[in-house]
Amino acid sequence: MTGKGAYTRTAVYLHWLMALLVFVTFPVGLVMSDMALSPDKLRMLSYHKWLGVTVFLLVIVRLVWRAMHKPAPLDVPMPQWQHVAAKAVHVLLYVLLFAIPLSGWLMSSAKGFQTVYLGILPLPDLLSKDKVLGDALSALHEVLNYTLLLLVISHIGAALKHHFIDRDVTLSRMIPFLNRRASK
Amino acid sequence: MNRLLTVMLVLFSCSAGAVEYSHVQLDKSSVTFESRQMSVPVEGVFKKFTASVKINPVKPEAGSAKIEIDLASIDAGSAEANDEVTGKNWFNVAEFPKASFVSSSVKSLGAGKYEATGQLSIKGKTMPVQAPFTMKEDKGLLSVDGAFTLKRLDYGIGSGLWSDTSVVADEVKIKFHLLLK
Repeated sequence: MTGKGAYTRTAVYLHWLMALLVFVTFPVGLVMSDMALSPDKLRMLSYHKWLGVTVFLLVIVRLVWRAMHKPAPLDVPMPQWQHVAAKAVHVLLYVLLFAIPLSGWLMSSAKGFQTVYLGILPLPDLLSKDKVLGDALSALHEVLNYTLLLLVISHIGAALKHHFIDRDVTLSRMIPFLNRRASK
Repeated sequence: MNRLLTVMLVLFSCSAGAVEYSHVQLDKSSVTFESRQMSVPVEGVFKKFTASVKINPVKPEAGSAKIEIDLASIDAGSAEANDEVTGKNWFNVAEFPKASFVSSSVKSLGAGKYEATGQLSIKGKTMPVQAPFTMKEDKGLLSVDGAFTLKRLDYGIGSGLWSDTSVVADEVKIKFHLLLK
């Protein structure tokens, strides 16, 4: 069970759903923060916040699912440091997928603009309006996002290296249709 | 006995309220507004305004009010928003620096509620508005609290791209709190 089936089908779907969300939310955030104030910017800000709240909810679902369905360890020959690095990147990805939306939520509160999920569900403002704190959280949100970008690049780079250079099952564990047999 | 009590109450309330309040304590008064952006309520405030108000809580029908708002003093939530709303598409403060409300009549709505009717002028357009309010006397001070809703597009506030009310709603709630001596 180290190859296909190491992750439950649900875990695989949740992973790719998260990937899709991150690949949409990040560029929307990047583009809108450089836009001059306009109706389109306000629209994008709202969509970005809704996507962010979805990421926040989804990472919680993924962590709960993972705690209940522990994936089989990856049994692929590689140096110990790579095992450690992979583990560290995975942990940090989870931390950031939780911390980034949270920092965005806090930033919105501090800037005095409440987050209303899908325009329907108002999220409580966890902080009261405070310009200095809002600007600090905005800077934090940005730094965390660029850290995420670096980690995602490493994550994808490592997965592709395993697949195309090492030709092992690492990536096909997460893309079952690749269906690569465990190469021993 | 009951009749006596009533008479005493009436006399008491007359003597307590037979004062006309006319000095607005501007530093303890406020004009704020609430708009909705993408369904999210956003609060704002006009920091500078002048108000000449005369009102006797016993005879509110004889009261009058004139309020003038310095539109450049708007705080719409962020520096970026303030730059935008003072500009041409919104208040165009360069050409129309002030908004004003001038009352024409006050009537009682019963149950301690009143309504001031008057003309609201913003950005060169004048339209009648009704502003319901309540009054409370405490230690020689009278607080007047009220709110009404206007449609920003009636006054051409937020034109061009901003006239899309799915982003910024047409309805804007104006709230006022006046403290009088």
